[in-house]
Amino acid sequence: MIRFKVNGKETVFDGDPDMPLLWYLRDVAALTGTKFGCGMALCGACTVHQNGAAIRSCTTPMREVGGAEITTIEGIAPMHPVQKAWMEIRVPQCGYCQTGQIMQAIALLRENKDPSDAEIDTAMSGNLCRCGTYQRIRAAIHEAAKHLAAKHQAAKETA
Amino acid sequence: MKLIENVSRHVSRHVSRRGFLQGALATGVFVLGARFVPELLRAAEGDAAATTFEPSLWMSIASDGTVTIVAHRSEMGCGSRTALPLVVADELDADWSKVKIEQAIGDPKYGEQDTDGSHSVRSSFDLMRQVGATGRVMLISAAAAQWGVSPKECTTEPHFVVHQASGRKLGYGVLAAAAAKLPVPKKEDVPLKPRSEWRYIGKESNALFHLPEIVTGKAIFGMDATMPGMVYASVEHPPVLGQKIKSYDDKAALKVPGVQKTLTIETFKPPHVFQPLGGVAVIADNTYAAFQGRKSLKIKWDSSPHSVYNSAPFRKTLEATSRQAGKVVRNVGDVDAVFAKGGESGTKIIEAEYYTPHLAHVSMEPPVAVAEYRDGKVLAWAPTQNPQAVQETIAGVLGIKKEDVTCHVTLLGGGFGRKSKPDQVAEAAVLSKQLGKPVKVVWSREDDIRFDFFHSVAAMYMKAAVGPEGKPTAWLQRTVYPPIGSTFDASATYALDEMGLGWNNLPFDIANHRAENGPADYHVRIGWLRSVANIYHAFAIHSFADELAHNANKDSVQYLLDLIGPARIVNLDLKGEEAEDAKNYPLDTARLRRVVEIAAEKSGWGKRSMQMGKGRGMGIAAHRSFLTYVATVVEVEVDSKGQVHIPNVWTAVDAGTIVSPDNIRNQFEGAAVFGTSLALFGEITATDGVIDQSNFHNFQLTRMNRAPRHVDVQIVKSEAPPAGVGEPGVPPFAPALYNAVFAATGKRVRELPLSKTKLV
Repeated sequence: MIRFKVNGKETVFDGDPDMPLLWYLRDVAALTGTKFGCGMALCGACTVHQNGAAIRSCTTPMREVGGAEITTIEGIAPMHPVQKAWMEIRVPQCGYCQTGQIMQAIALLRENKDPSDAEIDTAMSGNLCRCGTYQRIRAAIHEAAKHLAAKHQAAKETA
Repeated sequence: MKLIENVSRHVSRHVSRRGFLQGALATGVFVLGARFVPELLRAAEGDAAATTFEPSLWMSIASDGTVTIVAHRSEMGCGSRTALPLVVADELDADWSKVKIEQAIGDPKYGEQDTDGSHSVRSSFDLMRQVGATGRVMLISAAAAQWGVSPKECTTEPHFVVHQASGRKLGYGVLAAAAAKLPVPKKEDVPLKPRSEWRYIGKESNALFHLPEIVTGKAIFGMDATMPGMVYASVEHPPVLGQKIKSYDDKAALKVPGVQKTLTIETFKPPHVFQPLGGVAVIADNTYAAFQGRKSLKIKWDSSPHSVYNSAPFRKTLEATSRQAGKVVRNVGDVDAVFAKGGESGTKIIEAEYYTPHLAHVSMEPPVAVAEYRDGKVLAWAPTQNPQAVQETIAGVLGIKKEDVTCHVTLLGGGFGRKSKPDQVAEAAVLSKQLGKPVKVVWSREDDIRFDFFHSVAAMYMKAAVGPEGKPTAWLQRTVYPPIGSTFDASATYALDEMGLGWNNLPFDIANHRAENGPADYHVRIGWLRSVANIYHAFAIHSFADELAHNANKDSVQYLLDLIGPARIVNLDLKGEEAEDAKNYPLDTARLRRVVEIAAEKSGWGKRSMQMGKGRGMGIAAHRSFLTYVATVVEVEVDSKGQVHIPNVWTAVDAGTIVSPDNIRNQFEGAAVFGTSLALFGEITATDGVIDQSNFHNFQLTRMNRAPRHVDVQIVKSEAPPAGVGEPGVPPFAPALYNAVFAATGKRVRELPLSKTKLV
């Protein structure tokens, strides 16, 4: 019996503990915003947060999520500044990889409030986009960093 | 076989616009009685549909003013699902915020629905304008009747009919019921807006309709489709094309938690077309269990003639064929006479050979589908570029009528041509028939890469006689590859429609010019991949052009302009649909020259390239494909380890009339990344008929850290008819990159991908 939280909700899983989190989310919990792309942690389409850090759910077995807080794209309150930036820059083409990209970008900006181009490249190069929207992803992360800074500033002023 | 003809015709991406319009109108586009209420719409709106105004199959207006526009094309990331409804909304003078888009099922009443060949907007632009404008005329008539005035006194503003003299206004929703009772006006009584009054067509404000759903994870792709009571299936395919199951042991597989049973799928009878490959399917409670179960299957396969396929010797065969005379597909003057004179009077003979390997599509969403067979009918949900091919394929495999197959189209997580072929949808239908319940078939990435309809491997031989001025007096180009036709006819060895993809229509101003094609056998399924044969054709032509420029000590841009020659309409003497295209879209070298000049100017060519040091360089290529003119300049830096970095790309595009400029920029930015993947990394090989690559570790795609740092896209303002935008950015990229590598290193590399060549 594995107990953990998905998007803030207490959850129990008693199936195959080797099942990757990805397939639990998609086939059991019907949270399909997290995508299957490779099954080998090579493409990042399945990126979710475990206790706030970006992980590849396709290679994370259920046995490793006991006690963890898992957040998927469905657990991100829209419009998060990163999602807003994705809309403004009009990043997506087909859109399939973009939830993984957004989850990776949110995790990056949590650790690094104003990443440089090189830091963005390092953080995002595990996330493939076959449509080739990288230039826009980079621009959207810079844009989101601005949104987050403004939000932070506003919160400070109110306080 | 009708499917073969249909599909084969579309290989060329030369869909006749006129034929399509006639077909669509003949099947009752504007017949009021032909109600089309998509199931999802009905479910969402309940009885609201009862007062729906339906001037056509394509569009309806509800009494609350909601305009529903049918998207009959698939959305795989190119934007046509948004672009075509924008055209309808513009002519209708609708408020875009009140528009809903309904995805059409596969049905010939929409005409041809294959979203490929960069032709969705091109083929449907006029029709969509007419749909919207017809609705507008009917709404005006309804309002004028209510006011007792002449329709001529009325006009529209978004979502309202306005009587100018009195200032009265009536909303589209209020008018819908009355308008529905009016006769549909004749085409000649339906005025189209002048360009100056377009609100949406060509505007920067246009964004993908379903953008909010994508960024919140709510968008439904094929991978996300479900049916009540469905089971999951994963299929172990024959490793070599055409193999059948000799025997198999599923005891261990059935012990895997979650596995329910195994079933077999019969191997196709040639030609394979889009039929299932065959194999053993593991049926399970979830995708993971199905994948796991497969690992424990023990299958013995029989033999296949394709197990002789080994990429290295096959390359030698292709290259040997490319050195022999082939079938002539275009001939101007007499190249042989010029070549026979050899090195007379300062003429030099230059030869070069180019090679490009197989590629796989690898859209981020692997092939997937859910289908249910019940009472002789099939219901399927699939991420397909071609829902009518789903109907035809399933009908053929199950021996039922095409009309008894209903195919709903989800969003596609990429397509690039792979998802025109619905073999995985047919697998789901075949398995559902055996099981008596809905089945979702999920392909792993390994399945996707190993069992693709591959972009063809190709060898090109080029020969030119160059006079003292440096310009060719004769030019011979010969290309050899297993043709796409082999997918539809197992005996096909010569290319057919691929010739129109950048081979028989090269607009170079050379007095003696011959294009040839040599034969090749297929051993894997061959299909079309984003820009198709243009990839290898443009690679050979524009690498060779640059070689000639350097040989003549000429600037590459100036030399390219000289090859294109003066501004003129090039008459290619084509036949059939290609001729139809040539009539509507004449090959205009003025437009080709213009994109070359713009790309060169934006890149600072001449100034910037001259200042470049060792290890840095720029290259150019210009190619017309899908009726769009594109020139691309690539700048490279080759570091001390020989790794290639791409700081800048400049692309100039003339795609005629455009709908969504920002989306077009996105397509061409993406094409540069797609081009980087195939130029730097992409290669699929076979050993004894089995594909060697399996996932992203050994079939690499460009990641952010290797992608072009900055791609600048310039769109030429044009009032020419709309042309393609999804594919044309790809072909010039690889040759421009390779020409830049030559400028940076002095190394002329003549094969893809670059990773196979050590640069330092």
